[in-house]
Amino acid sequence: MGSDTVPQADEAYRQRMERWAEAPGVEFASARVRAAYQERVGLLWDAIELRKPKRVPVAPWMGLFPLRYCGFTARDAFYDREKLEKASRRFHEDFAPDTLQGSMAMVPGEVFDILDYRMFDWPGHGTADDASYQYREAEYMRDDEYGMLVDDLGGFWLQRFLPRVFGALEPLGSLPAPTDLVEMYSVAPYLAAFGEPAMQQMLKKLAEAGRAAARWLDDVLAIDTSILSTMGMPELGGGVTKAPYDILADTLRGTRGSMLDRFRRPNDILAAVERLIPVAIDWGAGSSEDVDCPLVFMPLHKGADGFMSDADFREFYWPSLKAVINGLIEQGLVPLLFAEGSYNDRLEVIADPDIPTGRTVWMFDTTDMVAARDHLRGFACFGGNVPGSLLKVGTPEEVDTYVRGLLESVAGDGGFILSTGIVVDDARPENIMAMMEAGRRYGRAV
Amino acid sequence: MTKAADHASDHELRLRTELIHAIVGMREDEAILLAQRLIEGGVCAAEILDSSRRAMKVLGQRFENGEVFIPELIMSGEIMRGIAHELEPHLEAATGPTKRGRLVLGTVAGDIHDIGKDLVGTMLSLAGYEVVDLGVDVASSRFVDEAKAAPTDIVALSGLLTLAFDAMKAAVDGLAEAGLRPRVKVMVGGAPVDALVCRYVGADDWGADAPAAVRLADEWLGR
Repeated sequence: MGSDTVPQADEAYRQRMERWAEAPGVEFASARVRAAYQERVGLLWDAIELRKPKRVPVAPWMGLFPLRYCGFTARDAFYDREKLEKASRRFHEDFAPDTLQGSMAMVPGEVFDILDYRMFDWPGHGTADDASYQYREAEYMRDDEYGMLVDDLGGFWLQRFLPRVFGALEPLGSLPAPTDLVEMYSVAPYLAAFGEPAMQQMLKKLAEAGRAAARWLDDVLAIDTSILSTMGMPELGGGVTKAPYDILADTLRGTRGSMLDRFRRPNDILAAVERLIPVAIDWGAGSSEDVDCPLVFMPLHKGADGFMSDADFREFYWPSLKAVINGLIEQGLVPLLFAEGSYNDRLEVIADPDIPTGRTVWMFDTTDMVAARDHLRGFACFGGNVPGSLLKVGTPEEVDTYVRGLLESVAGDGGFILSTGIVVDDARPENIMAMMEAGRRYGRAV
Repeated sequence: MTKAADHASDHELRLRTELIHAIVGMREDEAILLAQRLIEGGVCAAEILDSSRRAMKVLGQRFENGEVFIPELIMSGEIMRGIAHELEPHLEAATGPTKRGRLVLGTVAGDIHDIGKDLVGTMLSLAGYEVVDLGVDVASSRFVDEAKAAPTDIVALSGLLTLAFDAMKAAVDGLAEAGLRPRVKVMVGGAPVDALVCRYVGADDWGADAPAAVRLADEWLGR
């Protein structure tokens, strides 16, 4: 199972993995911390390459849990980086995960406020102070805009999509095409559009948002670097990207719109996901550029069980996702596929012989893990699965039993990472602790 | 009955069968066209609606068998909406069947997910229940107020976030404090909801999908 990689991809992969292990830009607090960091990378490296690590790495996905654990609100995650830092530090100290819960996932409310971001509600802006951010389902692309998406992607994004999702960028909708700038005579007439009061206001807002975003980036990188260098936890995920179908169905057409398009304009969907393949590859590779971590986080949504038939998954979802996976692997990257919901009906398809062995990581939520092991054995590292509901409403004893059972049934061959099925916002701290301890205890024996 | 009338009813029967096939086959334009032809042929709107409901029943069954999925349910809901639009001028207000029970539905406080909730509402309405949809981010007190406002059989709570569990619990507790339990049954649903969550929030039962909601309602109301 699994195809071979080309030599250039192997070399790029080896270099990226070594940089991950070396962390060349990091000044570790001590040799002991450096050793702890490298030991953890080693556990993950073994798992990725389907070997059996000394113990199973324990790598939970944390959303707002660290803030709630410290008595802070979800709003603090979006607006108060002192509290974010306190929460992040305390979480890592108290629970000692094998991976860093990166602060980049805690996005800046201030930037969204300035730009009047309309695609999401977030705490302090549409949702309660203690609730998570939530996506606002809408058709941010109309069903008659497929042609423009495919023929003029940049124009669509700049003049149609951005003005719809950012209130402050509405003037972009009336921006003349930059291709008008052909000769000297067209420069001033073109630029006059930027002198209009609405456009001037937009440019001011953009500058303001840009400064706020740069401050945020400095702050969150400082938080993460500080934890990495003093506690020795590597990040499991540097870059990020999405499946082309999810870019279309999450972001552009919405769940409902994309499901109706499936029957009304199936060929438009196929053309759109094809067009989005290089977009997704470039996003994943670009966001990995300055990060010394080869893993590219890819949350998968609309291809889960129940969201489409097996035949549709094979036709509409998988071919473009596979192209992105292989495009990233060719650049030495390791796609980390975070399959939300259940993937039981997809296991046969995703164990695709066109994808190189040991170059992907699959993280599952409610998927049957024994079936996942059977399909992915000898092909791809996998993990996840401790249920969010159990962590929220179960007891530490129940969590311990669950983790032990999971490890005993699927981790024995290696190539396994213990994790949460979902990104955890709300859970009983004693349950998270029980998961971490059970992972460390039973993860050695299997 | 005359021979001509017999012939007409054969024709009508064939069109009604074609209508069912068109809906089940997700052929939207054809389904709407067939509905129009049936109206033009003088078939009563209630009967056309009845055929459409039969198609939805077939789809519900196929969904339970794992043969069709959420897109087919959403698309068929859309086709039904189109047919209902065609029939509207021909439907007499008083001819609607008696409702099978009153159900208050909503996504709980702090959560704005609506796709699953809407699908549950559509399926229950098609099954003949009176559905009062309170929308998303619904405060627990609103479920209580609505359940008090008219005799209510079932309150159905939806949520996609783990944060929704406490809001569901608050709604169930609110119904109990208002003395509405156990007369009013409570069902919960949403991706992270399972038996453990159902027990935690104090609901009577839970469902993994929209047909499960219909099944529970049928079971509870003994129909």
